[in-house]
Amino acid sequence: MQTIDLSDVGLRETNKTLHAQSADTNQTAWEIINPRGAHAIACGLDAPIEVTVKGSTGYYCAGMNQQATVNIHGSAGPGTGENIMSGKIVIEGDASQYLGATGHGGLIVVKGNASSRCGISMKGVNIVVQGNIGHMSAFMGQSGNLVVCGDAGDALGDSCYEARFFVRGAVKSLGADCEKKEMREEHLTLLQGLLDEAGIDADPRDFTRYGSARRLYNFDVDNAGAY
Amino acid sequence: MAGGFSGTFDMCGIVGLFLKDKSLEPQLGEMLTAMLITMTDRGPDSAGIAIYGAESKGKTKLTVQSDDPQAAFAGLEQALGQALGVQVGMEVVSTHAVLTLPAGMTQAARAALAEINAGIRVMSRGDTLEIYKEVGLPKDVAERFAIEQMSGSHGIGHTRMATESAVTTMGAHPFNTGDDQCLVHNGSLSNHNSLRRKLRREGIHIETENDTEVGAAYLTWRMQNGATLGEALQSSLDDLDGFFTFVVGTKDGFGVVRDPIACKPAVMAETDQYVAFGSEYRALVDLPGIESARVWEPEPATVYFWSHNAAPTTTEKAA
Repeated sequence: MQTIDLSDVGLRETNKTLHAQSADTNQTAWEIINPRGAHAIACGLDAPIEVTVKGSTGYYCAGMNQQATVNIHGSAGPGTGENIMSGKIVIEGDASQYLGATGHGGLIVVKGNASSRCGISMKGVNIVVQGNIGHMSAFMGQSGNLVVCGDAGDALGDSCYEARFFVRGAVKSLGADCEKKEMREEHLTLLQGLLDEAGIDADPRDFTRYGSARRLYNFDVDNAGAY
Repeated sequence: MAGGFSGTFDMCGIVGLFLKDKSLEPQLGEMLTAMLITMTDRGPDSAGIAIYGAESKGKTKLTVQSDDPQAAFAGLEQALGQALGVQVGMEVVSTHAVLTLPAGMTQAARAALAEINAGIRVMSRGDTLEIYKEVGLPKDVAERFAIEQMSGSHGIGHTRMATESAVTTMGAHPFNTGDDQCLVHNGSLSNHNSLRRKLRREGIHIETENDTEVGAAYLTWRMQNGATLGEALQSSLDDLDGFFTFVVGTKDGFGVVRDPIACKPAVMAETDQYVAFGSEYRALVDLPGIESARVWEPEPATVYFWSHNAAPTTTEKAA
């Protein structure tokens, strides 16, 4: 285990050290102490390493992640995991707004709650939230899965494409062109897999699936009021 | 005003601290200064701090500013005392001076000051509130006024990155429009021009073309018409257009409200000793007991309010 004291080494050196790890590095376990809410911690990683941040992080932690696993032992600031491509991010506390925005792949797990705009414009990332999520989540979500064990705020999945949403609790309101869908066997299997991967013990049958009603894909003058 | 357009570009920093534990009061200035300096990269243009200090019975305070303090403040207490026919105390703090007057004299004093020297600007009025603000880096502004040495029961600070009106002392936050009331803002209001005209017609004094001052004046106007601060904040959600996170102070209270879209960042922490607000968690990391504090993001369109005289309240706006 390599330990980096962020308050001592500084952000740039810390990220440079992590970026220097190659695909076959034998230094696979890293720990960052004293994060003190700093921005852009462990951003742009691209190696099969595991980084554990001991404390809360600021904006854009683990943004653009590829291959790496980033654990945040605290809460995470806005834009955490933005544009994640692959790998895994696990947040022990809460996540601030636009978690995993535009994410193309990989998995983000939040043990607490996620704030507004969770998974906005998601493009293939899977996000599993043990608590609740805020308003405008998965706005324009294109693909990937958003799993919420608690409740969802206003306007879930507004103007979404083919991203799937599984919510166990209440949905305050659905966004334009987002609707409740039938939970078929394939969805139960998919959801079970996501919950297992996230390490969350929940029964997929307790969840409701939501997704695109596909009425806004092409402009239709009768839908003008919905835009 | 302050702030840009989206969650990605929004700027300006807000910090606030409301003490429940009286033993921390001598350290209020020191704690707020550290929080304010952490928010420098959100707002390096100007900074300001509102501090609620000690009250002296039967007296009220007017905090004033001048770009030429040496000339403006020389003999000011005598001149003002003579004009008003009362005893006036004065303490000069860099470009600011705190004038102490008998209670109920602030309106008359304001009019007299305009006669004595039109270059003197009123920063705040109230029994306990003092507002200090200037152009410059937060650390320099805090040092100039020795904020670290100040004690008090609660305070609010702001670091500004201007996008909508000029970088001037009067454009800096916090804004004060009513006795012991202040407000800081991160965001931008879009209907401030029409609202300013309306409030001026109602007789509310508004100094600048700044959108935040209109927000502060709006709350003052509502409270003058009988609303509590909580009710005024509640109705601001209907009457103000734009992006905002507001932190407000009154003589005995401290409140927070975010617009329904809530893209301006906000983090709060509460322990048995204090309630703290920061635009980012970074601003809170050095507070005592932060590791075990309840830390959360205030909900959109929800009014939070703490008072030294009443239990805390949270009111969600009915949809």
